[in-house]
Amino acid sequence: MTLRTFGFSEFGFLLQALQWTVLLTVIALIFGGALGFVVALARTSRSNALRLAAATYIQLIQGIPVLMILFLSYYGLSLAGFELPPLFAAGASMAIYASGYLAEIWRGCIQAVPKQQWEASESLALSPLQQYRYVILPQAIRISLPPTVGFAVQVVKNTSVTSIIGFVELARAGTLINNATFQPFRVFVAVAILYFVVCYPLSQLSRVLEKRLHVGSSR
Amino acid sequence: MSYTFQFGALLPYKADILAGIWLTLKLSFISILLGGLAGAVLASLRSTSGRAVRLVIDAYVEIIRNTPFLVQLFIVYFGLPGLGFRVGADTAALIGMTINLTAYSTEIIRAGIEAIHKSQIEAGEALGFTRFQILRHVIIVPAVGKVYPALCSQFVLMMLASSICSAISTPELAAAAAFVESQTYRSFEVYILVTLIYLTLALVLRGALALLGLWLFGRRAVRRPLAAMPEVSA
Repeated sequence: MTLRTFGFSEFGFLLQALQWTVLLTVIALIFGGALGFVVALARTSRSNALRLAAATYIQLIQGIPVLMILFLSYYGLSLAGFELPPLFAAGASMAIYASGYLAEIWRGCIQAVPKQQWEASESLALSPLQQYRYVILPQAIRISLPPTVGFAVQVVKNTSVTSIIGFVELARAGTLINNATFQPFRVFVAVAILYFVVCYPLSQLSRVLEKRLHVGSSR
Repeated sequence: MSYTFQFGALLPYKADILAGIWLTLKLSFISILLGGLAGAVLASLRSTSGRAVRLVIDAYVEIIRNTPFLVQLFIVYFGLPGLGFRVGADTAALIGMTINLTAYSTEIIRAGIEAIHKSQIEAGEALGFTRFQILRHVIIVPAVGKVYPALCSQFVLMMLASSICSAISTPELAAAAAFVESQTYRSFEVYILVTLIYLTLALVLRGALALLGLWLFGRRAVRRPLAAMPEVSA
């Protein structure tokens, strides 16, 4: 038996797997974002019970490893009788993970909107829903952009954990190619470079957005 | 769904779980200590050195922060032996965790150093502090105090991320869970139990770090405005 070497076709395989990493990230951000948004609203609501529930949820998600969320949803789903492909368990757990962190990030952004904005909009007889829709959220979203993009980098990186339950994304593809070529250093450095190519522009974008935000607010 | 939980099935494996907890704690403790110290050193080096050193440190920080911890572990554990360094799974985990955490703590402490006002350093010079005294009392300690909460979050995240070391067969808590699962097939019970253990560890670590912060920076933080007062009135 001759070993394969790490060449163009292997690199192509990594590129293909990178698409799954990106897809998983997008799924996590969309569903995790939706859930996180609801939790962030609950965390800043006037109801004590809602605030407590949201705070507990955030503490819980931020207090357990992503790997455990993954295992629990992987085994939990099969326990509930669903024979689902790993993409579902991976997507669901990434979304749950992202929701816990996005909720906390966005809570901070909602609370960063000056209190006078609430008071002014209330004095204009806006309903709470209108206050959020027309006054608070447009400002909060502006504030939330840099940290949200920054967190997207964390999500991209953490999707690598799904390789442990056998989901073939970039890190898993690296392991598979390493098993065929046995050139671990070359393979995993290539994998790292591909992650870097995705993450670094996002990190820089987050930095640029943050600078721009500060320029705006100091006027 | 008619699943009956049988947590009793895990009882014979108490020793394995405890050994896992112990290794998780050990890895976390050492990497937090080393990573925190190295971060402080690199951040202050970065602020006092020339362009070349700064470039190297920045490159290191960006490379680590923009690649997954899992892949870093793979490079240390599978990649280094090819270059002639053979490391065990425990050592590889410790190296990986320290390298990773150092990059984050460097970045966090750097932000703290940049937030130190230049007049503070000038005041230190005016008081006849040596360069080292200024670096220690005026720059590093107040900088770390300023960013201490962010640093703590990163430490807790590292403890949680140590679970990923199970992928390179480091026998820490997550690996212990996988082992018990393979022996008992009570997957859900094992992972619920271990998740609760991680949650407890995270809460305890957060509490301990908060106490440490109070002890290290609490009084200093209270005294700082007072010390700045003569400067303001003058």
